[in-house]
Amino acid sequence: MILPLAQHIGKPAVPLVRAGQEVIRGQPIARAEGFLSVPIHAPADGVVEAIELKPSARGPMVECIVLRVYEASTQEIRWSEPRDLDALSPKELIQAIQDTGMVGLGGATFPSHAKLSVPAEHKIHTLIVNGCECEPYLTCDHKLMREHPDDLMTGARLAMRAIGAERAIIGVEDNKLDAVEAIRRCLPADGRITLQVVPTKYPQGAEKMLIKSLLDVEVPPGKLPMHVGVVVNNVGTLIQLGQLLPAGQGLTERVVTVTGPGIKKPGDYWVPIGTPMRTVLEWAGAPDVSERSIILGGPMMGQAVASLDVPVTKGVSGILVFDQRQIERTAASKSYPCIKCGECVKVCPMGLNPSMLGMLAAQREYDAMGEHYHLGDCFECGCCTYVCPSHIPLVQQFRVAKGILREQAA
Amino acid sequence: MEMMSSIVVAGAFMAALGTLLAWLLAVANKRLHVYEDPRIAEVEEMLPKSNCGACGTAGCRNFAEQVVAGDIIPAKCTVNAPEMNAYIASFLGVSMGEVEKQVARLACAGGSHVAYVRANYKGLGTCRAAATVSGGGKACAWGCLGLGDCEVVCDFDAITMNQFGLPVVDADKCTACGDCVDVCPKDLFSLQPVSHKLWVACKSRADGDVSEAQCQVACTACGKCVMDAAPGLIRLDNNLAVIDYAKNPLASPVAIERCPTGAIVWLDDGQALRGREAKKIIRIEALPVRANVV
Repeated sequence: MILPLAQHIGKPAVPLVRAGQEVIRGQPIARAEGFLSVPIHAPADGVVEAIELKPSARGPMVECIVLRVYEASTQEIRWSEPRDLDALSPKELIQAIQDTGMVGLGGATFPSHAKLSVPAEHKIHTLIVNGCECEPYLTCDHKLMREHPDDLMTGARLAMRAIGAERAIIGVEDNKLDAVEAIRRCLPADGRITLQVVPTKYPQGAEKMLIKSLLDVEVPPGKLPMHVGVVVNNVGTLIQLGQLLPAGQGLTERVVTVTGPGIKKPGDYWVPIGTPMRTVLEWAGAPDVSERSIILGGPMMGQAVASLDVPVTKGVSGILVFDQRQIERTAASKSYPCIKCGECVKVCPMGLNPSMLGMLAAQREYDAMGEHYHLGDCFECGCCTYVCPSHIPLVQQFRVAKGILREQAA
Repeated sequence: MEMMSSIVVAGAFMAALGTLLAWLLAVANKRLHVYEDPRIAEVEEMLPKSNCGACGTAGCRNFAEQVVAGDIIPAKCTVNAPEMNAYIASFLGVSMGEVEKQVARLACAGGSHVAYVRANYKGLGTCRAAATVSGGGKACAWGCLGLGDCEVVCDFDAITMNQFGLPVVDADKCTACGDCVDVCPKDLFSLQPVSHKLWVACKSRADGDVSEAQCQVACTACGKCVMDAAPGLIRLDNNLAVIDYAKNPLASPVAIERCPTGAIVWLDDGQALRGREAKKIIRIEALPVRANVV
């Protein structure tokens, strides 16, 4: 098992263990470094083999704790400090959330405690629980909502206490009515948590889109949901919080959707964090993985991976495997010049002008993209690239441009 | 009559206004005049105006200002012919000074014939873009992606991509402006004085066995060069041989002789000499894509 020290946005965690040390499932093996950081917990009983560089999904080799798992390792989490959560102040609650190592499980991996600690000048009235799948193909949130609605209530209540919100709205897309039914049965009588069904479309699961659908409020450009008095959390995150917080345990596993035409046994699997992709794919039956393209996350925003030794990290919501035929189809689609059809402008959920941004990117006019065309508001949903009849890799250009602007700012 | 007088009045008014404004401008010109050394403009004329930044200033105009002020020596302009810099020096009556020629060097020798690729990259054809997609598919996470961002960015045509997809720097054309250093997403270029002849053409920090499985010319940190070279010249750091150029006068081709992969080279006259014990690379076609490289 391979556990990267940086599985979240922020500072990498600091290892608490040495090579050769034995650990038990659930034991913290790395501590948070500063506020914007979270600890890491051992996903299985085993012995730390080394702390060394291993390939990551993004490309560069990163510092990882490598764990050799004992064959007798159990499913039971053997490290916990149950606490009386009712006695905790919001501040202590935030600390308890940090101790679980929880990050946004939708894929953004922003530390949850940081998201739930709202500066005093912003009054939060509503917690929005994001029950929309982030992307097509993914079903992990759907599965969790159907099977653990009670934990969702616990998690939502704790999050509401942490941010001081009066009410919570759970937004679920209308293609998951069985999940809606399951949640409705668990809704509390006091009416502080309500459920609302929203139309199924992509990208409904993006924070700002969901806020618009549920509250009809637009988050201004460059601002965060907290500026309009809202905090959005993924259902997966809250369900896991609802399970882990009362038990005082750490995040050691997550639900991963393993699917795609190249998979024999597609499904939603509980996968211990740190499991190499090779193991997951063997389990799910991906016979010959060369000649295939493998994507971590969803098809629209996910990351293609080059190495099967990349582990499942806290932010991996799905593993998609496409087969040779689909690869050939994409390979054949060569990119042509922009014909200014305006399709990308029509589909951009943020109301940007991807066509113009794309042309500026080709000219390497990155400053103009950032200053005049609101590149910073693009959340890389991939809709513009999807509809482009000229097959221009717009989002990739934007990612490059954003990277360069970030470097310049630093 | 009525009309005539209005024309006269209007004409007189405009003339008076014109005179007043002209006078204001004349006064402003005198009062707000900023003296500028006329030599700055003349020196600027003698510069290449490529604004490449190799001298470390913001551009040719800025360089001219600093040369005239005596803050920088004329020889710092590496784009100009030495004769032109000598002319600038004699024009200003200062010494030209001396600057050792620097060139951009790539710390990677992993061309397509020796370095494995574990996945095909399809997408925008720049190194920068490829690096955002799982590092570009090359087995070695540090290696050159070979899509030629450096070739495109070089203003002096000093970089060409060879048949193995590696950039080759023409030392005569290179002005050490540093554009390739900035553009490389893997940070493989650095500016080196030409006197630095001993060179480690590898940046892989992976364990020796791993890096050799990924690339046949990787530094495996075996330590033979450290033993053979003058004491303290080379040290091992993070699975990589690192040369201490403060001790450069001690460097000699002895250090490269026993290198098993030929990762450490002796650069002489634009030729990279590999050690006698370095494995011979005969292959010229690209290695196949292999998903299971460690």
